[in-house]
Amino acid sequence: MISNLRTMALTFLHIFRKRETIQYPEEKIKLHPRWRGRIVLTRDPDMGERCVGCYLCAAACPVDCISLQSAEDENGRRYPEFFRINFSRCIFCGYCEEACPTYAIQLIPDFEMAEYTRQNLVYEKEDLLIDSEGKYPGYNYYKVAGLSAGIKGKGEGDNEEAPVDIHSLLP
Amino acid sequence: MAIIYIDNKPYEVKEGKNLLEACLTLGFNLPYFCWHPAMGSVGACRQCAVKLFKDDNDHTGRLAMSCMESIRDNLHLSIDDPVAKAFRSQVIEWLMTNHPHDCAVCDEGGSCHLQDMTVMTGHTYRRFHYKKRTYTNQYLGPFINHEMNRCIQCYRCVRFYKDYAGGKDLDVFSAHDHVYFGRAKDGILENEFSGNLAEVCPTGVFTDKTLKEHYTRKWDMTMAPSICQHCSLGCNIIAGERYGELRQITSRFNSEVNGYFICDRGRFGYEFVNSINRIQQPVIRARFPEAVNKPELFVHLKNILSGEIIGIGSPRASLESNYALRKLVGKSNFYQGVAKKQVKLMETVLQIINSGHVHIPSIKESEQADVVLILGEDLTNSAPRLALAVRQAVVKTAMDEAKNINLPSWHDSALREYIQEENGELLSLYPVNTKLDEIASHTQYLNPDEIARLGYAIANLLNPEYPAVKNLDDGVAEYAKVLAGILKNAIRPLIISGTGLGNESIIKAAANIAFALKTDSQRASLIYVVPECNSIGLAMMQAGSYQDVLNAGKIHQPETLIILENDLERSWGPSEASSFISSFKNVIVIDHLHHASSQKATVLIPCGTFAEADGTMVNNEGRAQRFFQVFMPANENIRESWRWLDEFKQIKDGRTIEELSEPENENLLGELITEMPQFKGAEMAAPPGDFRIKGQKIPREPHRYSGRTAMLANLNVSEPKPPEDPDTPLSFTMEGYRGIPPSPLIPFFWSPGWNSVQSINKYQVEVGGPLHGGDPGIRLFTGIESSERLILNDVPEAFHANENEWLIIPLPHIFGSEELSIYSSGVKERSPQPYIAIARQDADRLNIREDDVLQLKLNDRVFNLKAKIKEELAKGIAGIPFNIPALYGLNLPAKGILIKEKDE
Repeated sequence: MISNLRTMALTFLHIFRKRETIQYPEEKIKLHPRWRGRIVLTRDPDMGERCVGCYLCAAACPVDCISLQSAEDENGRRYPEFFRINFSRCIFCGYCEEACPTYAIQLIPDFEMAEYTRQNLVYEKEDLLIDSEGKYPGYNYYKVAGLSAGIKGKGEGDNEEAPVDIHSLLP
Repeated sequence: MAIIYIDNKPYEVKEGKNLLEACLTLGFNLPYFCWHPAMGSVGACRQCAVKLFKDDNDHTGRLAMSCMESIRDNLHLSIDDPVAKAFRSQVIEWLMTNHPHDCAVCDEGGSCHLQDMTVMTGHTYRRFHYKKRTYTNQYLGPFINHEMNRCIQCYRCVRFYKDYAGGKDLDVFSAHDHVYFGRAKDGILENEFSGNLAEVCPTGVFTDKTLKEHYTRKWDMTMAPSICQHCSLGCNIIAGERYGELRQITSRFNSEVNGYFICDRGRFGYEFVNSINRIQQPVIRARFPEAVNKPELFVHLKNILSGEIIGIGSPRASLESNYALRKLVGKSNFYQGVAKKQVKLMETVLQIINSGHVHIPSIKESEQADVVLILGEDLTNSAPRLALAVRQAVVKTAMDEAKNINLPSWHDSALREYIQEENGELLSLYPVNTKLDEIASHTQYLNPDEIARLGYAIANLLNPEYPAVKNLDDGVAEYAKVLAGILKNAIRPLIISGTGLGNESIIKAAANIAFALKTDSQRASLIYVVPECNSIGLAMMQAGSYQDVLNAGKIHQPETLIILENDLERSWGPSEASSFISSFKNVIVIDHLHHASSQKATVLIPCGTFAEADGTMVNNEGRAQRFFQVFMPANENIRESWRWLDEFKQIKDGRTIEELSEPENENLLGELITEMPQFKGAEMAAPPGDFRIKGQKIPREPHRYSGRTAMLANLNVSEPKPPEDPDTPLSFTMEGYRGIPPSPLIPFFWSPGWNSVQSINKYQVEVGGPLHGGDPGIRLFTGIESSERLILNDVPEAFHANENEWLIIPLPHIFGSEELSIYSSGVKERSPQPYIAIARQDADRLNIREDDVLQLKLNDRVFNLKAKIKEELAKGIAGIPFNIPALYGLNLPAKGILIKEKDE
């Protein structure tokens, strides 16, 4: 009996507590930057596509909902010819972001992507690509990768020596 | 057998091998770079270090490179020793100091030996934060991409390219930590085996440039075991598909056939599968609309098929397809899709192979020969992988000498140092110089008839029972004595000949030499190069040539003709073939590519290429091998020829479309063997369609195949049911048995920790040896020993040059002479421009200079060709590139007239 009364008292006390329920959608929830929501493809500081079509996100995806085809421009820079995410399958695990060696694919704090037809949840590259560096500003993969792809010449990247003169025998 | 102790556990291993091979054979994961099972050890990379102990009581031990240690009985070693482990991971760490951070854009990633070895040694985090060495790259032609930054200086590329394949234009430059692997200057890699660099290189310095056009990781490809379609050797390949497009061909290890390597025509000649020239839709010509669907097609065919039909088979179609056609049209109406001359040549070849008088070697066996005699074949261009084997035979003979100084056979650099330029005996007879001449001990440039006469003379010298040659030139007679002397002293002589020059006497002369060499102490072998991938299979069906149709003496000529996967104009000539085709009211052409003959079809039916079909083919040694469908094309009209033809047969027998039963290739093969017992064994080339391991099929896709729920989501978000494969034990999905499948069913090589092609080690009984369960392929000619001698007698008259008429001979080209590979842009780029090779004597007589335009009149056709003057060519002979697109259908050799264009 005492226990019942005590429980009721505790419950009534909650009336004077701060409300947790928010009036969504009129009121928006505050999401943290690392919240794993909608997936985007970002750009590097020069506004070039960051994605190099390495297929690691697709391989890491546990539901196999990422499919792409890499292509190469005239400078040898790789980019995805198409990049498709089937969000009706996506479980927002963030493995793709973890696998991405170029910080191209990122999960952002946005979950408002409901659709009436499932087909509309298939996002193509045009839907995914944003004009921003996302969470990792300043990073340009081609500046640290060895190969030259129109961003820098051989030996001009970070931590690179000038190309070897193969005609020299000097130590 | 010896007992060695690895980490105090005894193991029984084979002597004569090195320690690395033994450890890998036992299943240990020991990292390595510079060692390659086909190329032996050099001990350059220091990666395979283990600890060796003097005896039981020695606990200190010393580090040693396992690839440089011979197996000795009672050897104690440790792989897990902390010092050895630390040493191996340090070596990797040093290598990685200069290795760039570009795995993401590297084509090797996912099938990279360096990645595998780095993970294996436990080097997971880079501590080196200083500058990395860089190099500039070179343009190496249409096949191979160069990214020198990634090099780890293992020297495998130059060892393969120069030492193994005999290439001249790839080398190592510069010194110390700046060594550079490339060409002296930018340019196309000339060697015919350059594509293997992509597999030999443990990292991404040399990669497949054609794959780059539509790059796909190894784990994303649907792969199936297949057979190369571009020459008669039947090299085993793995074909990979993604998004409905064939993407890559790699070598599929078969120790008897191609071993680890394939030629560039086989590796890069696959683009015809993706060609825009593919036939996509059944077409009934002269009606509207022309494109029809399957029911409409069958309604139309019902009337056509009811009468008598002539069927023309194909040397590039599978046994099943050819047999399905033969079954449809009947035995007497089935003809081979090759010219009469060729049918005769193949009959002779088959008669000799079938006689059981001589051993027909596999490519691996031909590497063991101590004397090689080549009669009238330019192997590098007509059967490239065999040329590579001949190179090994020649070097191996010289290396055998090294047994005297106790050098083991795997000690590659020491052996090469020991033999220097020494080579075994290679005797080459051909009208013009060939690439193998550089390693030949005796080369003679003779006209085709003279090659045959010399061959007969050699056989006569070896054994007087064989016919003598009359009026032999003194020089040639002397030469015959020299060659006969060399052959007589050989222990394992190998005679190579073929249909390349279209000369039957050469084929017979080669057989006579091989027969004459057969004594108690000698084991001669004989190998013939034939024109196409299934030439032997088609010839074994013993049908006439299509040219015989005209002389078949039929009272009523049938109204319907079916041409199976064949361009008659290519082998017969445009005017003859088209007048033949137009003499039929209905012409049904079944093929995968549009060509001259398909334009004349009244009914055109698309069929699958090797990548979209299952089938069996017989290679030049009579080995029946199965190739498996790689992917199910989205276009349901693209089906195997045998599937169409089997349904036509059912329609002909009066069934309606609804009553059609699904054709089965096993039934076809079974009927083929019942009807033609010479094919007995072909059904065992691969396990039957209902074969399962633990109730499971074998998946064509690796377990990390990606994008299944997205790749077709743009069409429909609901995923379709994966295609089923009722014909084979393979499935089109990634689900199924994950262990090592039977050897004919290996869709790709992978083993835990071994993503690269080096995982082949795990599929072999012993490293470099046969695959588990034996190598794939069943030899149909078992070689029954027969005591009576076969003596062939067809000695030709000596050739006399005619002032006004030339004998035009075909000169094969690895890139260009084959019908399908020419659709690859790289192969096309490498193929020769039309030319005519003429003798110096003729050129001087007619005042012709190099590159003058000559008019060639041949079979009522006229060609304007640039002259190439060949010093070695005999007068009265001229050569033109064989079957290149501008010069097909000429039925060579033939007589032609040369006229010099007037100078203007």
